[in-house]
Amino acid sequence: MQFAFDKLDTIAKRMILAVQDYSIFCWNAVGNLARSPHYWSDVMTQADLIGVGSLPIVVLTGFFTGGVLALQSASSLAQFGAQAYTGRFVSLSMIRELAPVLTGLMVSGRNASGMASELGSMVVTEQIDAMRALGTDPMKKLVTPRMLATVVMLFLLTIVSDTVGTAGGAFVAVFMSSQNGTQYFDSAYQALVYGDIVQGLTKPVFFGFIIATVGCFFGMKTTGGTQGVGRATTQAVVVSSVLIIFSDFIISRIMIWIF
Amino acid sequence: MTDSMTNSAPPVVFEHVSIGFEGTPVLEDISFHVNPGETRILLGPAGVGKSVLLKLTTGLIRVDSGRILLFGEDITALSEAQLLPLRTRTGMVFQEGALFDSLTIRDNVGYQLMERHLPVDEVDERVREALRFVELEHTYDMLPASLSGGMRRRVAIARAIIDKPDFLLYDSPTGGLDPVTSTTIDELIIKERDVYQTPSLLVTHRLQDAFTMATHRFSVTQKKMVALPKGEINAMTSFLVLHDRKLVFDGSTEALVASENPFIKEFLA
Repeated sequence: MQFAFDKLDTIAKRMILAVQDYSIFCWNAVGNLARSPHYWSDVMTQADLIGVGSLPIVVLTGFFTGGVLALQSASSLAQFGAQAYTGRFVSLSMIRELAPVLTGLMVSGRNASGMASELGSMVVTEQIDAMRALGTDPMKKLVTPRMLATVVMLFLLTIVSDTVGTAGGAFVAVFMSSQNGTQYFDSAYQALVYGDIVQGLTKPVFFGFIIATVGCFFGMKTTGGTQGVGRATTQAVVVSSVLIIFSDFIISRIMIWIF
Repeated sequence: MTDSMTNSAPPVVFEHVSIGFEGTPVLEDISFHVNPGETRILLGPAGVGKSVLLKLTTGLIRVDSGRILLFGEDITALSEAQLLPLRTRTGMVFQEGALFDSLTIRDNVGYQLMERHLPVDEVDERVREALRFVELEHTYDMLPASLSGGMRRRVAIARAIIDKPDFLLYDSPTGGLDPVTSTTIDELIIKERDVYQTPSLLVTHRLQDAFTMATHRFSVTQKKMVALPKGEINAMTSFLVLHDRKLVFDGSTEALVASENPFIKEFLA
């Protein structure tokens, strides 16, 4: 019994220590935005890798999610003679919830893992130490540009996903459910209010921050050689995905309270 | 070199330094200093904490107790941000080279200059000069992955010396290399020592490298490493020996060879 309590105590302390480390890490990453030097070329490189590189998966995910929403909702709404509301259902679901969350999860799977493995490999091959020995702060050079690029690009990718998702819904509604396209878009547009847009575009800012900081945090804390790099990569994807869904709940609650 | 190196103040001083990891002591009560122009060779078996000591020198790892003075400044009291400019005055060659694998050799060697936003032409010229020093000018546009282990170490030396550092640190520069390549690396280190006279701290567990450093000099006329006359030893090269967390020897080559310490006798045998 005592052994179990000791173990629990150790695990609890380790978790609190990890949260403390992560908080300090995030504080430094954000604080570097106000401190010189700034690595703008690295920000642009990361924006290209994260934003342009993730575009195909975001477009495909958004289009088919919009499509399947229209497919499911059209058949359910038809039972109540409300098939004309398909556009409203698709646009509200996509813009408020699904586009930010699915884009966040897709980018997390692709980029949080990439950041953790890249930085983790640099740690185990002493490249991070070499960078420090050459007088460069790895937080400024590697972490802050990734954080800034992910936040900006996830915001833009979510807008793309919103658009493509609504278009996917329209494709299904018009070509598979034989609905009127004008009616679909009119319904989709009329349903949206200012609060929906704010809610849908606030989330990616937080999700982008989570993806980059979690990915970089696990990468920079990598220990244990190549096996450690694999472990850091897996942990980065799992933790960032869970945090995205958790923070989505919190942000939704706050937004519903505000609007 | 900066003005501070023209005076007689030791560039590196360790005072009663101790460090441990997760409750296990690694180094205990380490005290020594490196004088201007001096090359100190740190010997010891694998896993004794030689690389840890080297990283402590530039604050890459922080001490648990004691004091380290780098160019007269107590680095144990400095923050990471305050340490960064101090580190630019040193050059460090890591165990496996630690080259940035996504950058070309040109960008690796010229990294420090690019960070200072020097003109591209000046960076190009100085990178070529540094690569010429290690006889690898032809690797200019290559990526580290396309180089052999020995070539990567030579590029790492070029990266360490390009900005004319005031102090050099070598972490097992010949570790894992074949004897011929090791001799090439030794020659480069001796060339750096004798041409630029930069003080340095070199970590190795290979006695052959250590004694090559003490018994050879670089001949500028012959452009190669030559043996000193029989019985002569480089006076500016001296030794430190680590054993069982402690510094068990600090002295000249002659004193090392004559040491009665049982561990040193066994280590040299």
